[in-house]
Amino acid sequence: MKTCLIVDDSSVIRKVARRILEGLEFQIVEAENGEDAIETCQRDLPDAILLDWNMPKMDGYEFLRLLRRLPGGDKPKVVFCTTENDVAHIARALHAGANEYIMKPFDRDIVEAKFQEVGLI
Amino acid sequence: MTPLDYDFLRKCLKDRSGLVLSADKEYLVESRLLPVARKAGLANLGELVSALKAAPQDALMTAVVEAMTTNESLFFRDKTPFEHFRLTIMPALLAARRASRVIRIWCAAASTGQEPYSLAMSLKEMASEIVGWRIEIVATDISNDVLEKARAGLYTQFEVQRGLPIQLLIRHFTQSGELWQIAPDIRAMVKYRQLNLLNDFSQLGTFDLVFCRNVLIYFDSETKTDVLNRLARVTAADGFLVLGAAETVVGLTERFKMTADKRGLYVPNTSAPRLATAGKPMPRLVAVGGR
Ligand SMILES: C[S@@+](CC[C@H](N)C(=O)[O-])C[C@H]1O[C@@H](n2cnc3c(N)ncnc32)[C@H](O)[C@@H]1O
Repeated sequence: MKTCLIVDDSSVIRKVARRILEGLEFQIVEAENGEDAIETCQRDLPDAILLDWNMPKMDGYEFLRLLRRLPGGDKPKVVFCTTENDVAHIARALHAGANEYIMKPFDRDIVEAKFQEVGLI
Repeated sequence: MTPLDYDFLRKCLKDRSGLVLSADKEYLVESRLLPVARKAGLANLGELVSALKAAPQDALMTAVVEAMTTNESLFFRDKTPFEHFRLTIMPALLAARRASRVIRIWCAAASTGQEPYSLAMSLKEMASEIVGWRIEIVATDISNDVLEKARAGLYTQFEVQRGLPIQLLIRHFTQSGELWQIAPDIRAMVKYRQLNLLNDFSQLGTFDLVFCRNVLIYFDSETKTDVLNRLARVTAADGFLVLGAAETVVGLTERFKMTADKRGLYVPNTSAPRLATAGKPMPRLVAVGGR
């Protein structure tokens, strides 16, 4: 079973995303912000990361830059999932090493399409 | 709506767009046509049927036909057809058309444009291989409503997130308020026109590739056979046909055959008898292969 780390400060979003991704046969780990997420990744790298942008302590962008410098940190497929829906943000995310990008609001079809896009489904 | 009204509507739709509705689809007809009736100032479907009987050629009939079409489409729908396009079809055509450097593509049920634009974006990605080539994409649909949307090239955030890789979104679209609009250079690659597949389409000329996806499923087998046979006449002998995931030529026509390992990809069957299976007399035979 593939693992997905969901990083979002909203417990509601985490719950919705968890339900969708469990339906797509992922095993879920959660983190509330970038700092927690980095700790999790230092212990165990997931196959995929669904990543919010704006979070307290450490935002998604900062997390991604740190992740990609960890040993093996280039492996997880990172899918941003954020309300930042302008071209400038998307371009920055891709430049920092994001694999895909979801603009909120999202639904199951979008999550499935994006995880297919990165080759995890 | 009386059973007779329903039968009348079913017959209209079958005759005009090929759409076959089983006897139990009354709810669907009601939910889609009641708004059409209301918009025309008619109280119910009974009144709509009377109005259609009185003036069958009226714009109201067009509105009825358009309201009953299913226009759902996605960018890069089902993925594999677009892989076939990139990895099989285009390499074959680039070799076969070296002399003329002209390739003609037809999307025969283009709906709101996602399919022809997916092909256009794929062509952009192979820009270096097609320098100096003229590649034409003709996109047709029975419904003027969807073609209008296709021409505008405006899509919701929801529509651009299913099937479209993010790289292509930021490369080929600009944000316009809540919507995303496809770039003018991609839009300019596609020529839209209204066309009913039940009518003669030989005037469009010969194509090297025909995408006819997710429209035959709405037709009965006689209509499918007729359309496929006529598609064979406008497909170059070394050209290709791509059907939807739930569609096939098997049991319907001998004019196309499946390719060995490429799902949904068909090629003209040059050994099939050409005239023997013609359903209807054709106004003009398009020379196949003699380009
Ligand atoms: C489900 S969409 C398919 C769109 C696209 N080919 C795809 O696969 O995503 C079907 C389209 O067929 C069109 N259609 C239905 N009957 C037709 C006919 N008789 N001639 C031409 N187009 C027709 C509808 O208007 C609709 O836009």
